[in-house]
Amino acid sequence: MSDPAASPLVSLEAVTKEFGHGRKAFRALDGVDLQIARGEIFAIIGHSGAGKSTLVRLVNGLERVTSGRVIIDGQDITRLSENRLADVRQGIGMIFQQFNLLRSRTVFGNVEFPLIVAGRPKAEREERVWELLDFVGLTQKAHQHPEQLSGGQQQRVSIARALADGPPLLLADEATSALDPETTQDVLDLLSKINREFGVTIIVITHEMDVVRRIADRVAVLDKGKITEHGAVYDIFSAPQAEPTQRFLRTVVRSRPDQAILDRLRRERQGRLAIVEVGDDNRIGDVLGTANSRGVAFHLAFGGIEVLQDREFGSITLELTGADTAVDGLLEDLRTIAAVEEVTR
Amino acid sequence: MNTPWDQLLPKLVENFGLTLYMVSITFVIAGFLGLVVGVLLHTSKPGGILENRALNLILNLIVNIVRPIPFILLVFSLQSLTRAVIGTHIGTNAGIFVMVVGAVFSIARIVEQNLVTVDPGIIEAVRAAGAKRLRIIITVLIPEALGPLILGYTYVVIGIVDMSAMVGAIGGGGLGNFALTYGYMVFRPDVTLVATVIIIVLVQLVQFLGNALARAVLRR
Repeated sequence: MSDPAASPLVSLEAVTKEFGHGRKAFRALDGVDLQIARGEIFAIIGHSGAGKSTLVRLVNGLERVTSGRVIIDGQDITRLSENRLADVRQGIGMIFQQFNLLRSRTVFGNVEFPLIVAGRPKAEREERVWELLDFVGLTQKAHQHPEQLSGGQQQRVSIARALADGPPLLLADEATSALDPETTQDVLDLLSKINREFGVTIIVITHEMDVVRRIADRVAVLDKGKITEHGAVYDIFSAPQAEPTQRFLRTVVRSRPDQAILDRLRRERQGRLAIVEVGDDNRIGDVLGTANSRGVAFHLAFGGIEVLQDREFGSITLELTGADTAVDGLLEDLRTIAAVEEVTR
Repeated sequence: MNTPWDQLLPKLVENFGLTLYMVSITFVIAGFLGLVVGVLLHTSKPGGILENRALNLILNLIVNIVRPIPFILLVFSLQSLTRAVIGTHIGTNAGIFVMVVGAVFSIARIVEQNLVTVDPGIIEAVRAAGAKRLRIIITVLIPEALGPLILGYTYVVIGIVDMSAMVGAIGGGGLGNFALTYGYMVFRPDVTLVATVIIIVLVQLVQFLGNALARAVLRR
């Protein structure tokens, strides 16, 4: 992957988007700066209403910025006319949560649509459509209508449609949110394959941390219209710096006890409670192995470990019973290798 | 009273032909204009692909003013305009002109209401694919609403048949005029009845065709 700063495919500069006017104006995006490199899968994650869908629609000009600039492949698209924008959009594929297939056309007709828009001759169109349907495994369904297909199949058709004219950039707006877990995996695998085999840059909008974990190289966390943090997926998830990121991750990463669980643990457990962060390079077992000889008993009260980009992260909540000084000593040793937070009271 | 059917039959055939002529010409012209106005009504709304507040306001105003006018009053109130456009305010072509004016705005409203059923997500998807506005309207918006549009237009044909009968009042010819002249005015209810039955059959036929066509398009 090239250095993102070298020549970003997509660049947002101080982008602000407001809906409505005057007193009723609502600021959906507030000073967003973002660079997306060629060839990467970039995820934008946030709760619903954070401004994710608006953000992705600025990239292909479906929505226009209120202020700031959107630069696609070196071209400033901020002030383009609607017709010039349409030309830019031909080079950007997009898929949606609800698939948005044309009901008046067959599967074949849906995939062919962008090729007609691009003015490709008929023979070329036919060849390309069959090639794409083969790629998404739906040649058998070519002459059926969208409503005869399952959700996963419809999303594959919409992926084929988005890729029809060979765009270098694909936008996926909550593309798996309407699918069951198994189908979600299929679609994510397909997106990864598109990224690997065709080098298509993909921007994934999602509220599901699982989607980010499975396919993204980098991630930006969007909260109330602002990017609170962005960087490599592992770095953000394992060590979130900004408070909104931590808050968001707390609701999607289940390895830390939430307040209700913590209250219950405090009631039911006699010992002291400590949350220890688990990273891919700390071996907390080495320290915990010494607990017995110090006269400290430990129990695992809560926790979980996830794998992100082939590296582990998560946390475990320990109940430690023993003399206070002994427990203090153990915690001290743990702190030398991991982030430890005592939550006894 | 003996009805001289042997004399009336040629008149009946002639007037039936005239009705078909008036209805089909009106349907084609008003159908096209109504489609244009209806599409503009729909797409000029906030968030539409031709968003234009002023245009939307003006079109809505015109539609809301013309539509509630009872057709027979429209015939009278359009008299001078009809004369200016057609050259005369009586006769078949004058009748067609008034019918077109009367039908356009009803059709526009029906078109608008049917276009609302098209999922905005689909329009967004084809915009994202780089389609320009005219292409979206012609190859996506209208085809996506085709089933309900056919049903709407079927309903419109029946309305136009209704109008064509009334146009008989200004000498427009057709079955309405026939029933008026050879039935109602000379106290021959059987003539009026025959004209009425022919119109009912005509309307049934149109409805049947419209339903069949819509079913085929909707794949149900």
